[in-house]
Amino acid sequence: MIVEFGHFALVLGFVVALVQGVVPLVGAQRGNAGLMAVAPAASLAQFLAVGTAFAALTYAYVVSDFSVLNVVNNSHTAKPLLYKITGVWGNHEGSLLLWVLILAVFGLALALFGNNLPPALRARALAIQALVAFGFLGFLLFTSNPFARTMPPPVNGQGLNPILQDPGLAFHPPFLYLGYVGFSMAFSFAVAALIEGRVDAAWARWVRPWTLAAWIFLTLGIGLGAWWAYYELGWGGWWFWDPVENASLLPWLAGTALLHSAIVVEKRDALKSWTILLAIITFALSLLGTFLVRSGVLTSVHAFASDPTRGVFILGLLAIVLGVSFALYAWRAPHLKGGGLFRPVSREGSLLLNNALMAAATGTVLLGTLFPLIVEVLGMGKVSVGPPYYNYTFGILMIPLVLAMAVGPMLAWKRGRLGRALARLVPAALAAGVAAGWGILRSDTAGSAVVAAIGMGLAAWLVVGTLVELLERSGFYRHGPATALRRLPGMPRAAWGMTLAHLGLGIAIAGMVGSSLWKVESVQVMAAGDSQTVAGYTFAFHGAREVKGPNYTAVQGSFTVKGPDGATITTLDPSKRSYEVRSMPTTEAAIHTTWVGDLYAVVGDPAKKREGFVTRLYYNPLVPWIWIGSVVMVLGGLVSLSDRRHRVGVPARARTARRQTDGEGA
Amino acid sequence: MRLTAALVVAGALLAAPAAAVQPSEKLDDPGLEQRAQEVGEKLRCVVCQNQAIANSNADLAADMRKIVRERIKAGATNEEVIQYMQSRYGDYVLLNPPVKPKTYALWGGPAVLALIALGAVLVYYRQRRTRDAEDAPLSAEEAARADRLLAEDDDAAADDDRRGEAT
Repeated sequence: MIVEFGHFALVLGFVVALVQGVVPLVGAQRGNAGLMAVAPAASLAQFLAVGTAFAALTYAYVVSDFSVLNVVNNSHTAKPLLYKITGVWGNHEGSLLLWVLILAVFGLALALFGNNLPPALRARALAIQALVAFGFLGFLLFTSNPFARTMPPPVNGQGLNPILQDPGLAFHPPFLYLGYVGFSMAFSFAVAALIEGRVDAAWARWVRPWTLAAWIFLTLGIGLGAWWAYYELGWGGWWFWDPVENASLLPWLAGTALLHSAIVVEKRDALKSWTILLAIITFALSLLGTFLVRSGVLTSVHAFASDPTRGVFILGLLAIVLGVSFALYAWRAPHLKGGGLFRPVSREGSLLLNNALMAAATGTVLLGTLFPLIVEVLGMGKVSVGPPYYNYTFGILMIPLVLAMAVGPMLAWKRGRLGRALARLVPAALAAGVAAGWGILRSDTAGSAVVAAIGMGLAAWLVVGTLVELLERSGFYRHGPATALRRLPGMPRAAWGMTLAHLGLGIAIAGMVGSSLWKVESVQVMAAGDSQTVAGYTFAFHGAREVKGPNYTAVQGSFTVKGPDGATITTLDPSKRSYEVRSMPTTEAAIHTTWVGDLYAVVGDPAKKREGFVTRLYYNPLVPWIWIGSVVMVLGGLVSLSDRRHRVGVPARARTARRQTDGEGA
Repeated sequence: MRLTAALVVAGALLAAPAAAVQPSEKLDDPGLEQRAQEVGEKLRCVVCQNQAIANSNADLAADMRKIVRERIKAGATNEEVIQYMQSRYGDYVLLNPPVKPKTYALWGGPAVLALIALGAVLVYYRQRRTRDAEDAPLSAEEAARADRLLAEDDDAAADDDRRGEAT
């Protein structure tokens, strides 16, 4: 009954989306306020409908209603409650329902907090949002119904893939989707602006917080995913340049470029049509990611061709979204006149350079991701595009980008002085030299020394350069430390946000480079009492025992780790789980984190030839810096998002507020 | 980050937690073993989804690792081992795609993209310069709009002033 109710609510949401997608557009075109007012009301209705559907599916999972096919395929009574709930989005249908729910949440947020927007712009943006939702609700209802029943119901379900029964993975998809779907706001605003034929500083000011929020979520989602791979896959890797990972990196790259170009629109009234195009591309890449992941085309082109219903539907959606928005763009964008002029050496100039390089990097990742598919479709055999390709191409494109990242913020708007900026950056160059030298000394092959010198040098350049910019901005160089200290807390949050985000990237780069170059690993059979030394740390093995979890049994090993000086550092208890329902093992690595690296231990199967267990011991240098850097980047985003000008900086609203106060006074 | 992959294929293809190299497979000489590991990271486990044989616990990956180690033990260089694997499994086995007519677009693409992007920036500046000369003074309409905006924009202006002071 509740399941049917959920299904009905989904159909209702579908119909409401169509109304919300058409009526306000007509209203905005005719200047009819009544029709435009349908948009916020419909947003609320759509949120309630999709939310009800989601709640109904969650209910079916919580009570283990095995007459629902989706629950049968992905749940089991013995599963802990947390994973019954997260199982809702741990599958194709449920994750799409979550996608649409998040879309509805963003729509509702725009309806609730968008009172300071011009009514026509808001009506149009909400209508575009609804048309996207209409497409995806149709996809759900016609090809991927999560509420399909099965008869007769089985006694129990097939359980959730054990790999998904993990806190990191449980919350990774919602964040990723909040990011993907969040970019739909920038898209809706961009299309609405194209329809109106007007893009100005105010437009950029409204779009930036939504883009920033989406970027924060996507950064968190990607970071969570990498962290999960690191501790769960059991060999210390955290990024594989897998097509599915690339699918999340693509909108992140484009979204990062969008954040930066929107600054130029807001501050200088330039780069308008490029920013609009970026907003469209960013969301298109989110859709493309959904297509790649959801259609099965990555697994094999043939698998996709043999059951193409879902893939063709998403491809059709993608084609419509892209076709319509690009056509609109080609028609309207030439009329968008840019205002602010600037020299190549200026803040705008550096942001434009950032955009050019980010666009090339995005294109490179897209090329690498799609190339194997293209070759296969053309019948030219099969090729693999793996990490070495991306390290060469993407890596090389990142070098000028990071170099420019430290210089750009030091340049003035309109016309900057490169010589002065570079003179200020001498400490950053010195730090880069020291870090590069350290990187070379730390490496033992010529190849890794080159990469280490470049990577560590860039990281130090960016970190110190960003700090120099902070000092410059605070007036340290012109008015001395006292003034700087007084001014620092009062600086705009957006400035602090940039400082933090750039610092975070610098820290993360050092972590990424160090961990990939200097990992030390040791694989062996160990019996209780054996010791093994890895990178100067001695791991003493005390044997393994069986432990029982809620729906799995595990073999848990125990190690004591001593440092080079013989002092005990920690004990590590890695385990290998075997889940009862799906006989698939998972490894739970034990990790001890220090500031400069992780001690990482994994216990495997009992050895075949002699007494003992296969153990894998790693020293993963600088890995924590990746996570610290990511968190600092997210913090930077949050601080920037809290900047007051995102809330009160829009003049129209301030005026209304003033008028209201005046009215009350009289 | 493999998680989304896991969602998609429900773990069917995505090998479970990678166990990778087993102690019994290892070569006695640490130098040779190190080389075998390096080679293993450049070769794809051909039944896995984008995994190197060094990190996969599929049976086939184990067999492929064995072949790599036999070759290295027999005195082959890293390049020779990779060439041997390529002759056996085709280009598909190479995670670093070879440069040949089929992959010119792949390897040339990034450079072309970067040139297009930078070229577009240059064209942008050039166009701006010519337009700059054309419409330097404000038209009456633009001047009126500027006044209107300035009058409206008290809050924002105050905000900007404060920022200007901090800069």
